[in-house]
Amino acid sequence: MYSSLLLAALLLQQPAAVAVPAIDVAYTQFTLPNGLHVILHEDHTVPLVTVNVWYHVGSAREKPGRTGFAHLFEHLMFMGSKNAKYGEFDRLLESAGGTNNASTTEDRTNYYIDVPSNALDLALFLESDRMAYLIEAMSPKTVDAQRDVVKNERRESYENAPYGMASIEIAELLYPQGHPYRWPTIGNMADLTAASYEDVVEFFRTYYQPGNASLVVGGDIEPAKARASIERWFSDVKPGAKAVGPIDYPHPNLAEVKKKTIQDHVQLPRLYLTWPTPAQFAPGDAELDVLSLLLAGGKNSRLYKRLVYDLQIAQDVAAVQASKALNSEYQIVVTARPGASIEKIRGIVDEELRKIQQTPADEREFRRAINQVESSFYNRLERVGDFGGVGDQLNANYFAAGNPGYFNEDLARYRALSPADITAVAARFLPLDRRVELIVEPVK
Amino acid sequence: MSTRKDTKATKGTKERAAAYAVMAIALGAAVLSAQQAPDRSHPPAVGPAPSLRLPALETRTLSNGLQVRIIGAHKVPTAHLELAVKGGVASDPQRKFGVASLTADMLDEGAGSRNALEIADAIDFLGAGLSTTGAPDATYVELHVPVARLGDALPIMADVVARPTFPDAELKRLRDERLASLLEIQDDPEQLIQVAFPRVVFGPQHRYGTAMMGTAASLQSITADDLKAFHAAQFRPSNAVLVVAGDVTADAIVPMLERAFGGWKGTAGGGGAALPPAAQLTARHVYLIDKPGAAQSQVRIGWVGVARSTPDYFPLRVLNTILGEAFTSRLNTNLREVHGYAYGASSRFEMRSSAGAFYAAAGVQTDKTVEALKEFFNELTRIHEPVEPGELDKAKNYLAMLLPRNFETTRGTADALAQAWVYDLPADYYSTYADKVRAVTAADVKRVADTYIQPDKFAVVIVGDRKTIEPAVRSLSLGPVTVVESAEIMK
Repeated sequence: MYSSLLLAALLLQQPAAVAVPAIDVAYTQFTLPNGLHVILHEDHTVPLVTVNVWYHVGSAREKPGRTGFAHLFEHLMFMGSKNAKYGEFDRLLESAGGTNNASTTEDRTNYYIDVPSNALDLALFLESDRMAYLIEAMSPKTVDAQRDVVKNERRESYENAPYGMASIEIAELLYPQGHPYRWPTIGNMADLTAASYEDVVEFFRTYYQPGNASLVVGGDIEPAKARASIERWFSDVKPGAKAVGPIDYPHPNLAEVKKKTIQDHVQLPRLYLTWPTPAQFAPGDAELDVLSLLLAGGKNSRLYKRLVYDLQIAQDVAAVQASKALNSEYQIVVTARPGASIEKIRGIVDEELRKIQQTPADEREFRRAINQVESSFYNRLERVGDFGGVGDQLNANYFAAGNPGYFNEDLARYRALSPADITAVAARFLPLDRRVELIVEPVK
Repeated sequence: MSTRKDTKATKGTKERAAAYAVMAIALGAAVLSAQQAPDRSHPPAVGPAPSLRLPALETRTLSNGLQVRIIGAHKVPTAHLELAVKGGVASDPQRKFGVASLTADMLDEGAGSRNALEIADAIDFLGAGLSTTGAPDATYVELHVPVARLGDALPIMADVVARPTFPDAELKRLRDERLASLLEIQDDPEQLIQVAFPRVVFGPQHRYGTAMMGTAASLQSITADDLKAFHAAQFRPSNAVLVVAGDVTADAIVPMLERAFGGWKGTAGGGGAALPPAAQLTARHVYLIDKPGAAQSQVRIGWVGVARSTPDYFPLRVLNTILGEAFTSRLNTNLREVHGYAYGASSRFEMRSSAGAFYAAAGVQTDKTVEALKEFFNELTRIHEPVEPGELDKAKNYLAMLLPRNFETTRGTADALAQAWVYDLPADYYSTYADKVRAVTAADVKRVADTYIQPDKFAVVIVGDRKTIEPAVRSLSLGPVTVVESAEIMK
C-alpha cells in the first residue's frame, strides 16, 4: 500500500504513545428477592435518569409458526398495564419530559425510559407495573392493534425498502431448519397474523419474569434513595414459576458456497458474503471486529480503497461482525457502481481476503484500527440513556458477560491482539469455499 | 433489530435547543421503607423540575478574528470541535445546485500538504473522527478526538477548513458517487419522497426545490473552480465560529487553537444573498409518483412553512408537538395506534434562513392509502379547534423538559451552540427557552394553526403503486391529480 519510504515518513510523524486512562464506569448491583437483578450508575452531568430493562428473550426463543412474536410482544408492552391503562404510559412520560423506546433482537429485548430526574418514580411505577401486571390489561383487541403496526413496520423496513429482503434470504441460506436464527426477528406475515392472545399470556409468564430480566437505573440519582424506590416499586412483581433455561444450538457449519440471486426494484446490484462466526466475546470475535476496520473502516481500508477509491467500481462497501449469543455472522456487503460487474467485485474481495488470511497487516495499519476501537469505547460513554448509552451497555455487559462493568475487559480483548491474530482468525473463520453468497440484482 | 418506534421518521427533528437555567435539583419525597407495598392507585407525583447546570461558556477571539466558544465537559477524555461557516446550500449559484455540499465534501479530499488518503489515515490513526457537512444555511467541519490527540489533530482540521486543495481526480470520484446516489434515491420510496415533495412545493428554480446534493445535470457542470470560489466566498474567520466542547479548559486550548487557526485569513468574500421567499401554494393538488408493486404508499402533505427567524417559533413548536412531533401526537395516535395504517406518522416545520416546508408524513400500507389520506386531513382540520389544557400542558412540558438531552454529549453541546450562532439566536436563548415554551397559550396555538396550516391549499404527494391506488385517490376529490415521473423529479 505504502512505499517503504512513505511508510518510514509516516512512522516518524507518529505521535508519541499517550497512556489512555482506564474506563471508569462506577456502578453497584443487587438482586431483589423476586430475582430481578438491579444495577445502579450515578452520573450528574445532566439532570436526567435512564431506566433500562433487558428481558433475556428474543426471537431465538420463538416457537415454529409464531415467528416475530418476541418483537410483537415488545410492542404490546406499551399497550397498558393494570394500573396504567392504554395511553397512559406515553401520556405520563411526555408530560414529564420523558422519552422511551424498545428494540428486539434474536437474543434479547430492551426497553428504556429517559426522564428528568424528578420523574424517576414515575418511570419506575410504569416499568414495574407492566412487569407485574401487563396481562391484566391485555385483550385480543390490543394484540390486533399492534399486529397491524408491526406488519407496517415490516412493510417499511423489508418489503418496501430497497434490498430489504436480503437479510431474510441470507438467514435461510446460512442456518439449517430449526436453527433459532433462521427466521427474522420481524417475523413472517402469516405468523404475525396467527399470534393470539393466549400466546401473549404464555410468553409473558414464561419469559417476562423478573428473574429473566435486569434493570439499570442510571444518571442523576442518589443511589441509596434510588435503591429504596426500586425495592418499593418492584416488590410486588411476582417471581416466575419456572426459571428460564439456557438456550443452545450447534454452531452452523457450511460445507460449500451457497449461492442465490434475487431480484429487487433497485438500479445498483449488491453482493452479500456471509459466514457464521464465533459468538460474542468468544475467541475470534474481537479479531473479526478489527478485521472489519482493516477491510472497510475508512478510506485507507483495503476493500474501500481498492473498490471505492481506486477502481471506483463500488458505490459503498461494509464489513461487520454482527456479534450474537449463539454464534455471530460476519458479512461483507458491496454495492456496485452502475455498469460494474459483481463478478469482478467478488474476485477483488476474495483477493483481499486471501491477502489478509496469509500476510499480517503492517504495524501501523493494525495500530490505526486498534486506535479506532479504543476511541469508540470512550465515545460510547458520553450518553447515559437511549439505545447504546451507558445504561444500555451496563445491561448488555451483564447479559453477555455476567458483569455489568465489563468495559475494560472488553477493551483488553482488542489491546491484546497482534496483526498475526487477525490473519489467523480471518483464515480460520472466513473460508472462501464455505459461505453464503447472495446477489441482489435489478428486476429485468 | 426491530424497534417500537420508527427512528428514521422521528430523526427529522433536527431542531437543537436546550436550557441553561441554573438551579438546585429538587429532592423528591421522603424515602419509604422497602417493605411497604407500592401505592399504584395513581401515578406518583413528579417533583419540581430540575434544571440544567452547565459549566460557564467562555468566549474568546483569536488574532485573526475567529470567534471561539468553549464549554468544559470533563466526564470523558474527549473533545468535540465544531467550526461553522455561514453560507451553505442556500448559497448555491443558480444552475450549479450542489456546489455548497460538494465543497463541504471536498474539504477533506486534499488540504494543506496532505492528499485525501493521508488526511484519512492521520485522522483514523489518532482515533479521531472528522466530518464535513454542507447544510442549508451553514457549512460545518467537526472533529471528535481524544483530548490526548488534540494537538496532533488540530492542524489537520485547520488545513481542511482553511487550505483545501480541491483536486480534480477527487472531484470526479465524488461526482460519480453522487450520480450513483441519485439513482439509489429513486429506488427508495422513503428517499424519493424527500426529493419529490420539496420539488412540488418550491419548484425547480428555488433552491429548496432540489436535493441538497444537486441534480445529475448540475453536478456535471460543477468544476473545481466553482468549489474554490464558494470556499473563498464563505470561509473567512469573520464569517465563522469555532465551538469546543469537551475535557478542555479555555486557557489550555486557546493557544493551541491560535497556533492551528490563527494564520487563517481568508479572502474578502461576498457571502450569499438571502434566498427569496418561495411563492406560497394557493390550491390543493395531488401528485402521484408510481412505484409498481410498492407495499406502502409514502405520503407527504403540506406547503411553504416558516423561516427560522419567525416570531411564531415557540407557538409553532408547541403546535407541531401536538400535531406530529411527539409519539402521542395526533397524527401518530390516529394513523398508527388507532387505525394501524402506518408504523409511524409525523409532521414537521423545516425552519431555515428562508421559509422551508411544512409537512405531515407517513408510510401507509398500500390498501389503506385512501383511508389514511382521510385521517391526515381529519387531523389537519381538527388542529384548528381549541386545544384542551391537558394536551397543551403535555406538549409544553415535553418540549421544555427535553432540552437537557441536547447537552448530554460533547457533540450535542457543540452543535447546540453552533446552531445558535448560525441562526443569530439571542444570548439568553437557552436560558429562557423553557419559559418561552411554557408561555404559549391555547390561543397562540389556534392562531398559528390558522395561519400556517391550511389544508385546502396543501400539496399532497404520494409515492406508491399507481395501479392500485390511483382510482381511489382520484375518487377522494382532494383536487386535481397529476402523475409525475420520478425522472422528472430528479431533474
